[in-house]
Amino acid sequence: MPTVSMTVNGQPAAGEVEGRTLLVEFLREHLRLTGTHVGCDTSQCGACVVHVNGKSVKSCTMLAAQADGAEVTTIEGLATNGELHPMQAAFKEHHGLQCGFCTPGMVMSAVDLLNTNANPSEREIREWLEGNICRCTGYNNIVKAIQAAAGQTGG
Amino acid sequence: MTEGTGIGARVRRTEDNRFLTGKGRYTDDINRIGQAYACFLRSPHAHAKIDGIDTGAAKNAPGVIAVLTGDDVAADGLGGIPCGFSPTGTQAPQNAPPRPALVQGKACFVGDLVAMVIADNLNQAKDAVELIQVDYQELPANVDPAKATDPSTPRIHEAAENNLVAEWGIGDKEAADQAFAQAHHVTKLDLINNRQIPNAMEPRCSIGEHDEANESYTLYTTSQNPHVTRLLLAAFVMQIPEHKLRVVSPDVGGGFGSKIPHYPEEALVTWSAKKVGRPVKWTADRSESFLSDTHGRDHVTRAELALDENGKFLALRVHTAASLGAYLSTFGALSTTYLYGTVLSGPYVIPAIHCGVTIVFTNTAPIDAERGAGRPEATYLVERLVENAAREMGIDRADIRRRNFIPADAFPYQTPVVLAYDSGNYDPILDMALKSADYAGFEARSADAKSRGKLRGIGFSTYIEACGIAPSNVAGAIGAGIGLYESAEIRFAVTGAVSVHTGSHSHGQGHETTFAQIVVDRLGVPFDNVEIVHGDTARVQWGHGTYGSRSLAVGGSAIAVACDKAIAKGKKVAAHLLEASAADIEFKDGNFTVSGTDKSKSFGEIIGAAMVPHNFPLDEMEPGLDQRAFYDPKNFTFPAGCHICEVEIDPDTGRVAVVNWTAVDDFGKIVNPMIVEGQIHGGIAHGIGQALLENCVYDPETGQLVTGSYMDYCMPRADDLPNFNLGFTETLCPHNPLGVKGCGEAGAIAAPPALINAVTDAIGVDIDMPATPEKVWRALQSRAQAAE
Ligand code: FES
Ligand code: FES
Repeated sequence: MPTVSMTVNGQPAAGEVEGRTLLVEFLREHLRLTGTHVGCDTSQCGACVVHVNGKSVKSCTMLAAQADGAEVTTIEGLATNGELHPMQAAFKEHHGLQCGFCTPGMVMSAVDLLNTNANPSEREIREWLEGNICRCTGYNNIVKAIQAAAGQTGG
Repeated sequence: MTEGTGIGARVRRTEDNRFLTGKGRYTDDINRIGQAYACFLRSPHAHAKIDGIDTGAAKNAPGVIAVLTGDDVAADGLGGIPCGFSPTGTQAPQNAPPRPALVQGKACFVGDLVAMVIADNLNQAKDAVELIQVDYQELPANVDPAKATDPSTPRIHEAAENNLVAEWGIGDKEAADQAFAQAHHVTKLDLINNRQIPNAMEPRCSIGEHDEANESYTLYTTSQNPHVTRLLLAAFVMQIPEHKLRVVSPDVGGGFGSKIPHYPEEALVTWSAKKVGRPVKWTADRSESFLSDTHGRDHVTRAELALDENGKFLALRVHTAASLGAYLSTFGALSTTYLYGTVLSGPYVIPAIHCGVTIVFTNTAPIDAERGAGRPEATYLVERLVENAAREMGIDRADIRRRNFIPADAFPYQTPVVLAYDSGNYDPILDMALKSADYAGFEARSADAKSRGKLRGIGFSTYIEACGIAPSNVAGAIGAGIGLYESAEIRFAVTGAVSVHTGSHSHGQGHETTFAQIVVDRLGVPFDNVEIVHGDTARVQWGHGTYGSRSLAVGGSAIAVACDKAIAKGKKVAAHLLEASAADIEFKDGNFTVSGTDKSKSFGEIIGAAMVPHNFPLDEMEPGLDQRAFYDPKNFTFPAGCHICEVEIDPDTGRVAVVNWTAVDDFGKIVNPMIVEGQIHGGIAHGIGQALLENCVYDPETGQLVTGSYMDYCMPRADDLPNFNLGFTETLCPHNPLGVKGCGEAGAIAAPPALINAVTDAIGVDIDMPATPEKVWRALQSRAQAAE
């Protein structure tokens, strides 16, 4: 079996995987980083979003082997020294989560949005989230949280 | 806004820290030492005889530990998966053919469980499933509830002639018929309440484990009600004493009804864990969830409303054909009978009502509760009839409702369909909604839309909900196999820490926060000293779980009662310490005070004195302060509300955009407004999903599930929805200690008719859900043709 190695949340990580092993399986089953979730099998729900080399990626849609040598950040790597990342803090402040299952993917996706577009409009936020499904919140407070994290008043 | 952490405060949620940092512990995050992996072979046919299963090649595949079929299940004497509800009010007892955990000889829907492979790793299990050979003989299938009882429709179960589960009825048919005969106007509607797939974002997952030393089992599973699952699995399927099975439902990623039932996969991992001597884990992939989670709705209905010349309602007549899928699920016909027929009076005086339901089997996944469970179906037909009647009679949609509302001074109000509403005040709700939605400005907005080439429509829905399910004697009288009280235990540690063990289950509702607020409010202890424990039969005494918007009204009330018992005992302890009589002790804001003096002890001091009883009236009472309550509600609770939806439709594409949503709801006392708002948002989104996007489709010929993935089943996305404009009124529930009513399902109940009423207002023709662009465009074309 091929060996893959990558940096995950700043730490070196390596393992032997089958060729068909997905990045999300590598994270969850090999590294036991279970914060990244699997909500579908058709690349639609976004529960599995992580950052690969700084960009949001659906980790169910990428082989572990494709991430060989990459820098991967998962939800576990977002807070620093026990301080929530501003996006995590905004989700808590604005009640942008209920069951929490879509949340890691939502937060990782939202962080990438603001990296890409520091001051998105509500429409741009809603369109960006097209690849992240949440059944609980109706998105109202997720949008609010992202607006607040972007420093928009009234968010 | 209420400050602090008690009732009424917008306390940020305790559970969020772990969810936001990836430290939530969902069932699939749990891995047991030595665990093996299960994968299921599911029937690819909707209806087929099985003449043989060849498991030879699969058994010899790498890593495979066991391949099990229905014959193995039968050989071990496992009971069928039970149904816990048998409705009263039927012409004959319901037909309840057994559902074996793995089928024997016949498969009844696409996704039915045919065989189970257990292997060292998941890929090996998946690969081996492909090697199983099954000799299927396909049979004709039926997926249409309206056709199920036709003599020409193939029978699914030997025991159920004409595929009938039961014929059920409620109300007074004669009185309704008489009223119709004298009506000035009758509004009629044929409608379909479209089948839904609940789609909690966390797929189901179960891990079974057997402890040889104690001859006991543990099941980790994604359940809304672990104690009920333990009861069903232990007593009926495994036939072992309940204490030999522990069920743990840790963090659960949404339920929406689909995680109420006890599923065969739960039984199979538990049973097989002993067989293979290792923990057995199964996690559904989303395709399996689509096929095998319980679905919701699926009604074909004819409904009629009789009115007098002033637009006053005289009578309502309803007949529905409702499917329960291929087998009876845990709550079986509950959503299609009592949770449906009893709320047909809505917030209105309707002197005579009759509803009949033909409940049938079809070759589809079993149907059970989905957010709202029966009440959305009832509200949908009532609110559409009301809006159509207003249109037909030229009465304003707000006026017709006002004319028929149950007056505020008529409570308690006995409806003609069993329920007695305890409280309500509907006019202020409507007033606030009209104002908040700027109803008066609608004509101007409509004209503006027209100038932009768009069709603008407005629709209302004024609903009531019967929730906080339910008094146990009522549950028994309607056919439930369990009581529906809730339990709470409050335990105190020497240092003042408070653990509250609740039988409710949180899978997104935020109980760890809301329930702690109740304790803070009641006992005056610091918020951070309170821990809420749920979801583990080894830690929680007993519970009925969470559904029917019952957690706060029933589970929260149990906590309040347990707190009150602790206060009562605390008074005696304080009396002893303060050398006063217990009758002179007042408890307020966390302090026991001798009335008229400044002599007082805090609740924390009383905990200390009770747990370390050096100075304690030991001859009068036992040390400790722990208390337990089993709270059985006196009635349902009856939230109500008005939702107003505005849509804009592009006539060229048929696309419906939801542009405004106003919701005014009365949930009684609100403990945490932030959480309640979130529940409403989610409920409305669910309802908009049903009305606009979501539709579970089975192919009418083959019975294949056509909408078996997120590519085909359209979930609401962020860009399908508007922001929601919410408001609240407050009529306290008079019979529970908190005055609370329940809010989890309201949005899903109110939203579909508001939205479809807005669409029909815009396009001028009736339309069934979901109002997809294609359907709306076709409706507009046929209207244009008819006009030519
Ligand atoms: S798991 Fe659904 S998109 Fe990756
Ligand atoms: S919070 Fe439950 S799916 Fe988003």
